Amino acid sequence: MKKSVLRVGASMLVLSLVGVACGGSDDSSADACEGNSKIAFFGALTGEAGNLGINIKKGLDLAVAQHNEANPDAQIDVEAYDSQGDPDQAPALADKAIADACVKGIVGPAFSGESAAVNAKFQEAGLPLITPSATNPDLSKNGWDVFHRALAGDDKQGPGAAARIVADGKTKVGVVDDNSEYGKGLADIVQTSLGDKAVELNSLDPEASDYSAVITAAKDAGVDAVFFGGYYAAAGKLAKQMADAGVTAQFYSGDGTLDVGFIEAAGPAAEGAILTCTCAPKDSNPEFLKAFQDANKGEDPATYAAEAYDAASVFLAAIKDGKTSRGDILSFINSYDAAGVTKQLNWDEAGEVTGSAVYAYEIKDGAIKGLGLIK
Amino acid sequence: MPDWLIIRTFWELTVTGLALGSIYALVALGYTLVYGVLRLINFAHSEIFMVGTFGALLASSQFLSIPLLEDGNYPYRTGMTLIIFLVFIMLIAMLFSGIGAVVLERVAYRPLRGNGDAFGAVVLAFLTAFIVSLVFVDQAKINVIIALLATTPISYAYLRFFKQGRKAPRLAFLISAIGASTAISEAVGVWSKHGRDQYQTPRLLEKKTLFTMFGTDVRIDYAIVIVGALLMMIALTLFVNKTRLGRGVRAVAQDAETSRILGVNVDLIIIVTFALGGVMAGGAAMLFTLVYDQTRFNIGFILGVKSFTAAVLGGIGNLKGALLGGLLLGLVENYGSAIFGGQWKDVIAFVVLLVVLMFRPTGLLGESLGKARV
Repeated sequence: MKKSVLRVGASMLVLSLVGVACGGSDDSSADACEGNSKIAFFGALTGEAGNLGINIKKGLDLAVAQHNEANPDAQIDVEAYDSQGDPDQAPALADKAIADACVKGIVGPAFSGESAAVNAKFQEAGLPLITPSATNPDLSKNGWDVFHRALAGDDKQGPGAAARIVADGKTKVGVVDDNSEYGKGLADIVQTSLGDKAVELNSLDPEASDYSAVITAAKDAGVDAVFFGGYYAAAGKLAKQMADAGVTAQFYSGDGTLDVGFIEAAGPAAEGAILTCTCAPKDSNPEFLKAFQDANKGEDPATYAAEAYDAASVFLAAIKDGKTSRGDILSFINSYDAAGVTKQLNWDEAGEVTGSAVYAYEIKDGAIKGLGLIK
Repeated sequence: MPDWLIIRTFWELTVTGLALGSIYALVALGYTLVYGVLRLINFAHSEIFMVGTFGALLASSQFLSIPLLEDGNYPYRTGMTLIIFLVFIMLIAMLFSGIGAVVLERVAYRPLRGNGDAFGAVVLAFLTAFIVSLVFVDQAKINVIIALLATTPISYAYLRFFKQGRKAPRLAFLISAIGASTAISEAVGVWSKHGRDQYQTPRLLEKKTLFTMFGTDVRIDYAIVIVGALLMMIALTLFVNKTRLGRGVRAVAQDAETSRILGVNVDLIIIVTFALGGVMAGGAAMLFTLVYDQTRFNIGFILGVKSFTAAVLGGIGNLKGALLGGLLLGLVENYGSAIFGGQWKDVIAFVVLLVVLMFRPTGLLGESLGKARV
């Protein structure tokens, strides 16, 4: 009896300590913001497609650093919410971002799956967001006032990719996706645009290691091209295993694959792959290119960095204009119309940006090389 | 014969299915051995496999310093160099997994068995002190020092309150297993050089076609995986059936208490069991990197679930069952995805498991590691 009393006492002690620990870290619930305003990055910095998020964060960091240098009295902080690109982890982080009164705007959510999972929360909280990368076309059809996209959606990219595939003279295209919001959405649009030239190869599990079932089906169908809708890690595995299995079909994919991670994962099999993106090539704005290189030890801006820079610039312009509440910043964005480094930044009711350029890229000699506009 | 995808591609699906199935089977052996001896489902075994793939990665890229690419192509090796390198990589992978499995047993399970209390108390005391100190200081080095200082008094207190020799309930083992699994994979995800990114392993073996069977090219790496897995399984069966330690394993599987009375060192046998499972997982890990050239901190998860399924399918606790279950699962997955489409792969695997368990609740071959005839 005595022992069990002791044990209960010990567990209560532990519980109360845990309670103290939680209470201690919970200081963000204050209503008003004390300290610097923040622009938040929301997306994957680690995980299966973390490189893409890192690119975005670098673009955001550059914009904020430039702002802070020019405005010593109005410093802005960058807060990063690393969702690992996982729609299951995103909601808790979104709550955290919403609860932090200093967070005035979100650059992100980076991917379409997590966007679908959390944008309604941001809408409810009135927290404005500009995604530099989530391209699923359905995202702008939810009536979210807070939603803005700094590049054209997959309803533009898909037909562009299909046009490029057809222009390359391919007649039998295997279409496969990773079953993600983004990958499946894009693959379906490409398939529809290709019409009877498409052969549906269904979905694969991006976390799995063995894609032989899909590859066997591609081989059997005798495709001369394969389009993959998904992110670079799975794309790399697929391209490599295709080459190993003796499939010579030309490999195509979208913006989720446009990363050096694809080249690392696929090795020599990446060579010659053609990737599309509605994002601007790194050299489309020489001034931005130089600023980025200076800030990142000569490194070139990668996929979405310029779009993230644009997105951040809009928030910074709002703050500089004296807007402090989330609501004021949102109406500032909705009426914004100025040139960014990638395009004219001006959003319609749904949050789609004007301009719909689709660019093609090729993997050549182990590097990403721009091929220019499609069409 | 109808012109279906599965019929047109039957032999190709068979070869790739058998190769993946062989890897399932090797990993399934670890689940089956531990279950047979301890009646414990070692859910952290999937991470032992993952540790093995990282062992293989270290062996090839660090110990042998082979780059991922040489002049834009794979760093192929040939002849004796290739064989020696592959054997070396396999041994290192087995070493990593084997040691990993033994450490896992020591840390996660033995304290719960009621005869590793002092060690368990020290570990627990350290962790408690570390976590509590995090509340006050947020600097890893200082936390570790505080925790080290506090370990002695706290572990003394633990030992006073929780007397030695008491066995934890069965559920505690399961929770410990799941906890260990998460801890190992997250530790690699957080602390390894590229964290949660995918790691590429250097490709030494050129994936040439070895021979053609029924109009299907059989690649050399698939052949090595299938033959290698079979050889390892034969070696394991011989070990369990013919050696003194193997007899000990069977004895403890039958009745641990009686074996203890008859002079079997039960703790040693349990360590041997974990080590055997670990070595098999290490072999599987090397064969896996041979085919897929990559690994990740969470690579064990899906593969572990599949291998566990294979073990249950064949009859958990039964070595031959693990082989049968693994190969069958690999084949069924491949055939199924040809019939229903790739996204149904996992559904098919588990539906087959359900159907088999409905009619044969102990799996295809039944549970038998403990039976007199193995």
